[in-house]
Order: sequence, then structure tokens, then C-alpha cells
Amino acid sequence: MRSSAAPASPWLRVSAWTVVAFLHVPLALIVLYAFSAEDQSYVFPPPELTLRWFAVAWNDRPDVWRAIWLSLEVAAYSTGIALVLGTLAAGALARTQFFGREAISLLLILPIALPGIITGISLRSAYSTLGIPFSFWTIVLGHATFCVVVVFNNAVARLRRASPSLIEASMDLGADGFQTLRHVILPQLASALLAGGLLAFALSFDEVIVTTFTAGQQTTLPIWMLAELVRPRQRPVTNVVAVIIIALTFVPILAAYYLTRADEHGAR
Amino acid sequence: MSALALDAAPRPLRLRVSDALYRRRALLILLLLVPPMLWVGAVYVGSLTALLANSFFRLDDFTGQVVREVGFGNFAALLQGANVDVVLRTVTMALVVTGACIVLALPIAWYMARHASGTRKALLYLAIMLPLWSSYLVRLYAWKLLLAKEGAISWVLAKLHLSWLLEALLAAPVVGGHSLSFSPLGTFVVFVYLWLPFMILPIQAAFERVPASLVEASGDLGAHPAATFWRVVFPLAVPGIAAGSIFTFSLTLGDYIVPGVIGDSSMFIGQVVSLQQGTAGNVPLAAAMSLVPIAVIALFLWGAKRLGAFDAL
Repeated sequence: MRSSAAPASPWLRVSAWTVVAFLHVPLALIVLYAFSAEDQSYVFPPPELTLRWFAVAWNDRPDVWRAIWLSLEVAAYSTGIALVLGTLAAGALARTQFFGREAISLLLILPIALPGIITGISLRSAYSTLGIPFSFWTIVLGHATFCVVVVFNNAVARLRRASPSLIEASMDLGADGFQTLRHVILPQLASALLAGGLLAFALSFDEVIVTTFTAGQQTTLPIWMLAELVRPRQRPVTNVVAVIIIALTFVPILAAYYLTRADEHGAR
Repeated sequence: MSALALDAAPRPLRLRVSDALYRRRALLILLLLVPPMLWVGAVYVGSLTALLANSFFRLDDFTGQVVREVGFGNFAALLQGANVDVVLRTVTMALVVTGACIVLALPIAWYMARHASGTRKALLYLAIMLPLWSSYLVRLYAWKLLLAKEGAISWVLAKLHLSWLLEALLAAPVVGGHSLSFSPLGTFVVFVYLWLPFMILPIQAAFERVPASLVEASGDLGAHPAATFWRVVFPLAVPGIAAGSIFTFSLTLGDYIVPGVIGDSSMFIGQVVSLQQGTAGNVPLAAAMSLVPIAVIALFLWGAKRLGAFDAL
């Protein structure tokens, strides 16, 4: 009998679900505050509920929409670059053993293993040393670098799970390398790449630490949010934007989860 | 004859390329690796080199320009009292946060690995993964709402007639402050909240790999469940704990936003780096300061590697 069916002690059950509550109550609170009629303080419980602030954010705040649009553009380009580079690296490292392989995978992981501030200040010093002015592309350069590893991880997990005999069968049946890639390998990889791409998109969409060093005067959505955190201008609008961000990031995360469920369980 | 003629006929270019790559795996791997390595090499390693180089340069006090002369002035500045305090404060916070995350993560990771299955397990997994990937700033913002003087925590404590407890905590030396959102205690709680999922998932993965038969054998040999956990399961989960600690430790060391939004005015490493490169425009000193977390993390990674943490990544 598998022990997963064993009943947990009440103490264990309570502490597990307490942690879940600890992780989620604050998010639920944000949603509640977006409907609060109070606009001067964070008073709890909200005195009255209203939809008014959604209308204000929608109609009167072009700065919010510009920031959202810039973040979407940056995320799209970074994800595109990361998809290409991450897939190539995964193809090279998934089922091979060679000298320097560990060093290469460490190098790929480094941008997210080291604190974001290191990546940020490094890029900032490189731009200042080379005299590169801040632009849309200086943001994308930084984001793509740490997005590669997300795509890489997903693609490597899938390639390791895929059976190599399928590739051999394809070759035995007369397909050349490119046909095998097109008709056998890529279809197997597709959903892992989609998941990796979605996660990379979500990561880029709300990255702030590296971005503050590489954006100059440009305002992505997280930088807008950070400015509001430090110096609130119109608190209810910030609450509404927070809910929009939650909604926009939950969708790709959930989709990625459903696309790679099998990899997760296969890995165990 | 005809077979020979067929062999001699030139094969299409595509097939020749395909064959060449199939025969020479090394060439194929090399070709696949060139673009990502060029990118990571040029952008990332190049930038890290620029960072290292800058840490030896200095800022001219009169012109405000970076002078490209090699010197150790920045590192000498790091050893001054205020900067040493910053480093100690940040490392202490990172260690305490990591410890708290381990304590909170162990029961839920064990529950997920051993006592949950099917839908409940998927639900728990999602409940941990969603916060891990969702917006860091929004989650930080949530705590600004929660910890505010007029916010939910004060309200709940007042309803429970426990406000005195909060006041006692805030009056305490070191951790206290004049309200929760302006105290080191608040900074600590927010760090734990933000990084906890990074600790739960690797520990859970490590627990999953502990064979059920070991647990049963320990029980059959008469060990109390607590003894089984501490003497059989826990040692096997150490790599997962180390892997999670790398995340929580490194994330806390490099963060400069949380202590600026929630906390008193004492500085963390990240804030000094950010201030030096931004307002002060002193990229060389910022670069030298940012080498401190790299050094601390290298030390930490070395320790973690000895515990076998990388097998669980």
C-alpha cells in the first residue's frame, strides 16, 4: 500500500493549510481593496465597495496603458529570443555528455541563480563602459538573458522524457535529419516550448530588479508599480492595476502548468 | 553498374548536410551551442567582466566621471564601519529568512509528498506555484496593505484584544519600529512570504524521492514517527533544503526593493548598490559593493555543493 493514502496527523494538516492560507490571503486582500470606496488610506475593512476605480483606471490613466503596452512588447521580444536560444541549448545538452557540459549549463542558470541586482548592475556597467544609451533594446537584452534558462529547463525536461527510439525509428524509415526534426522532434517539444515561452513571458512581464538598471527613463508596468509603492499618487488606481497584473500573470502560469503536468510527474 | 551509377549521382545538398551532421555529433552540438553561447557570453559574461573592471575604477570627485585606473579604493571603502554594518545586516537577514522558510516549508512539503494525492495534490502544487511565478511587486504591495497601521492585521488583533502584543513586539529592540510597515520585523515577514514557495518546491521534490519502503522499514523496526522523520527522512531531504536555501538566501541578499518599501531606514546591500549607481552616479563603488553578495553566495554554494544540493535542482 502506498503511504500517500495514509491519513496525516491533524497537526501536520493544520500547519500545511496554514501555509497555503499565508500565501494566498494577501492576494485575496488585494482583490478586495480594488473595490474599496476609501481612497485616502488602507483602512480595513473597506467602508464600502465600488466599481468606480476600474472605470477611472480604464478611462483617465493613459500612463497605465502605456506602461502595460511597453511591458507586453518587451516580454514578447524577450520571449521570442529566449525560445530560439533556449531550444538550441536544450538540443545540445539534453542527451549528451562532453567536456565542459556542466560549465555551460551553469552559465545558462547563472542569470537567475545570482541575485537580479548583479545582472542589473553588470548590464548597467557594460552599457556605461561601452557608451550605449538606454533604449527599448537595452531592456530586452537583459530580460532575454534570464528568460533563456526558463525555456531551456522546460525543453530539456521534455527531451529527456522523449524516447530516443522514436528518432531512430524515423531515421530507419528513411527520413533525413531535417524531416525527423520537423515531423518527430518538434511536435514532441511543442507543448513544452509553449509552456516555457509562457513562463518566460510572465517572468519578463513583471521583472523589476534588472529593469530598473536597464530602462533609463522608460516606464514598464513593474516600474510604474514600484513608483506607486514608494510614492502613492492615486491608491485606488494602484489597487486596480495590481488586480489586472494578477489576472494577466495567472493565465500564462496556469496554462504552462497544464501543458507540462506530464513532465513534472515523469521527472519523479 | 546501375547501382554504381546511382551511388555516384550527387545527393541533394539538404541530405548531405543532414548526413554530415548525423555522423559528426560533435559538429551538430557545436552548431547548436554557438548562438546561445554567443548571447550569454557576450551579454552576460561580458557584462560581469565590465562589472568586475568597474569595481577597480574610481569616480573623480570633481568631474563626476569614471576614471579608468586600476585601484583598490572601492574595496577599502567597503571595509568602513557603515558598509560593514550593511553587509552584516543583510547576511543576518538572509540567514534568518532562510531558517524561517525551512521551518515553514518542511510540514507542507511532507504533507504534499506523503499525504496528498490526486486532485488535492495538484491543487496544493498549484497553490505553491502560482505565488512563486506571480508578480513580486503585487505581492509586496499586498503586505503594504496588510501591515498598514489602519490595515487588516491591526484590525484583526484589535478584534482579538491582542493589540498589546503588537505594541510589545514593536517596542522590542532590534526588530521593532514605530509600526509594522516600518520595522525590521515587517521586512522579515515580507521576505519570508515572498521566497517561501522557492523553499517548498525543492524540499517537496526531495521528499518525493524518499522511498516509502524506508519509512515503513523504520516504523517496522520500532522507530517512533518523529524518530523516523528526523533520522531517516530528514537526512535524505537535506539536498532539497540546500537547494531551496540557495534561492531564499540569494534572493534576500540581492533584494533592494523590499527593505525600501517595508522597513526602517537602515540599508541593505542592494539598496547601497542601487543608490550608488543611481543618485550618486558612482558605478565603480556600486560594482565593488555588488561583488559582496557574489562572494557570499559563492561561499554558500560551495557549502551547499558539499551537501549535495545540486542533485536536487
